[in-house]
Amino acid sequence: MPDAFAAEGLEKRYGRVLALDGVSLRVGEGELVGLLGPNGAGKSTLVKIGCGLVRPSGGRAEVFGAPAGSLPARRALGYLAELFRFPGWLRADEVMRLHQGLVGSEGGAAERGSLLELVGLADVGDRKVDQMSKGMQQRLGIAQAMIGAPRFLVLDEPTSALDPAGRRTVRALLEELRGRGVSVLLNSHLLSEVELVCDRVVIITRGRVVAEGRPDELTHASGVEVETDAGDRRYDVGRDEVPDLVARLVADGERIYGVHVVRSTLEEAYLEAVEGAE
Amino acid sequence: MTGFGVIAAATLRECTRRRVFGVIVVLTVLFLGLYSLGTATAFDHLGPPSPGDSNVDVTVLAGATLLGLAMFATLFLSTVVAVFLTFNVLRGDAEQGLLQPMVVRPPGRVVFLAARFAAAAAVAAGYAASVYAASAVITLLAGGWWPDQVLLPGLELAAAAVVVTAVSLAGSVYLSTVANGIAVLMLFGAGLVGGLLGQIGDAIHSDTLSSIGTITSWALPFDALYQAALHALTGETSGITGVIVHLGPLGGAQPAGPLLAPWVAGYIGVVMCLAGAAFVRRDL
Repeated sequence: MPDAFAAEGLEKRYGRVLALDGVSLRVGEGELVGLLGPNGAGKSTLVKIGCGLVRPSGGRAEVFGAPAGSLPARRALGYLAELFRFPGWLRADEVMRLHQGLVGSEGGAAERGSLLELVGLADVGDRKVDQMSKGMQQRLGIAQAMIGAPRFLVLDEPTSALDPAGRRTVRALLEELRGRGVSVLLNSHLLSEVELVCDRVVIITRGRVVAEGRPDELTHASGVEVETDAGDRRYDVGRDEVPDLVARLVADGERIYGVHVVRSTLEEAYLEAVEGAE
Repeated sequence: MTGFGVIAAATLRECTRRRVFGVIVVLTVLFLGLYSLGTATAFDHLGPPSPGDSNVDVTVLAGATLLGLAMFATLFLSTVVAVFLTFNVLRGDAEQGLLQPMVVRPPGRVVFLAARFAAAAAVAAGYAASVYAASAVITLLAGGWWPDQVLLPGLELAAAAVVVTAVSLAGSVYLSTVANGIAVLMLFGAGLVGGLLGQIGDAIHSDTLSSIGTITSWALPFDALYQAALHALTGETSGITGVIVHLGPLGGAQPAGPLLAPWVAGYIGVVMCLAGAAFVRRDL
């Protein structure tokens, strides 16, 4: 079975600017991959190539083995753009109906209702888009992307306009999608969100992949924190050295209430990778 | 329903729901009201023919002149309708993020473009034909005059609106919304001016001006269609009345000729193919 998305040596030039410089990336079937990188790193260009909106200058991109942008690729895809709008004169339910028609979905009112409910818009199906808040429009965009049960979902900054409750809803949604075996490429600036839900993380800067792996592979142990009667202290030792450290502290008369191995956060790993590449 | 039908239906729905559509309806009603008033007044002022003018049918003269002017207004209004329906369809909508969610769907870019064109062309052509028909009926009711050929001028005006629609849609691939709107309206003006120069050239026997008119008519065939529609109004009028009508306000009217219809069809096809080829390659 081919990967949901496979990019090999992707290049994209805009005049003299090299937006992508030989990016290779894969999203396995049922895998949830987070795409991280600073502004202008080339993330949205990569995502747009995957959706067939942008033509690569070199390399190849495939969706389930079909060239990105081809009919089989478009049939397998659901997409939420970073900057998108729906016509303001359409009602939420009409947006969903329109995209059902475009996808050829036969889910009817039941599909529209369940997707709107999933994103918390069940009660506003008859509201016009231009009467909806930015966050509601983003939720509608997510629901629209899931019409026709796509096998590969590309979400470009899906939570940028959402409040904390909305972000939690999207996280739960992503977990559910993973449970259904849907492959997801998630482009997000919110590292905590990516760390919480993604199977793998790909960090891009200046059009190149600079780090890739599971969140726990990208982070690393960075000492231990010891809780004593004199307060919390941090020691720069590895996990294997913890018993000796505790024994030495006890021998010195310290009272130990807790010991925690500290790992770097994804944010620290991200900054290391991005700054290391510059 | 196919993807083509879904997109075309959405475009038609958009036409009726946008506020600009309401403005167009109101302005059209105002225009037809003014035309009714003007036509009724003009025919009321026509006295009985004097003995010396017994061979001139003033009703034909007045009717053809008034309806010819109404056809100019119809062409202008339908051009505005065509431009408003299409000037932002590709680049303008892409810049706003309206386009991307649509074109990643299975129908794809070519079907999207074709469906948008079909729907916009149907609305613009329908609008042109309707306003022409209303103007002709008003002229009949006010003065009892009816064009020599009733259907042909309406069809030719409708075809002119389709040509403008195609040009505007193709322009929207390359130009931003405002730039495209201005460009198409300037092309419309250029077409009319070219046709006028051709008429002047014919009158003063200037080959250069006549050539400008001819080239303009082929390059921007909505003007040729307009000229043909004008000619069809009084094409069968003969005698002194026919001579006066053809020397007068409709003097520049030209018969369509056998090549005009295939030229227009091919022109629209080529313009849309070029637009499609550019749209398919465009980064969004």
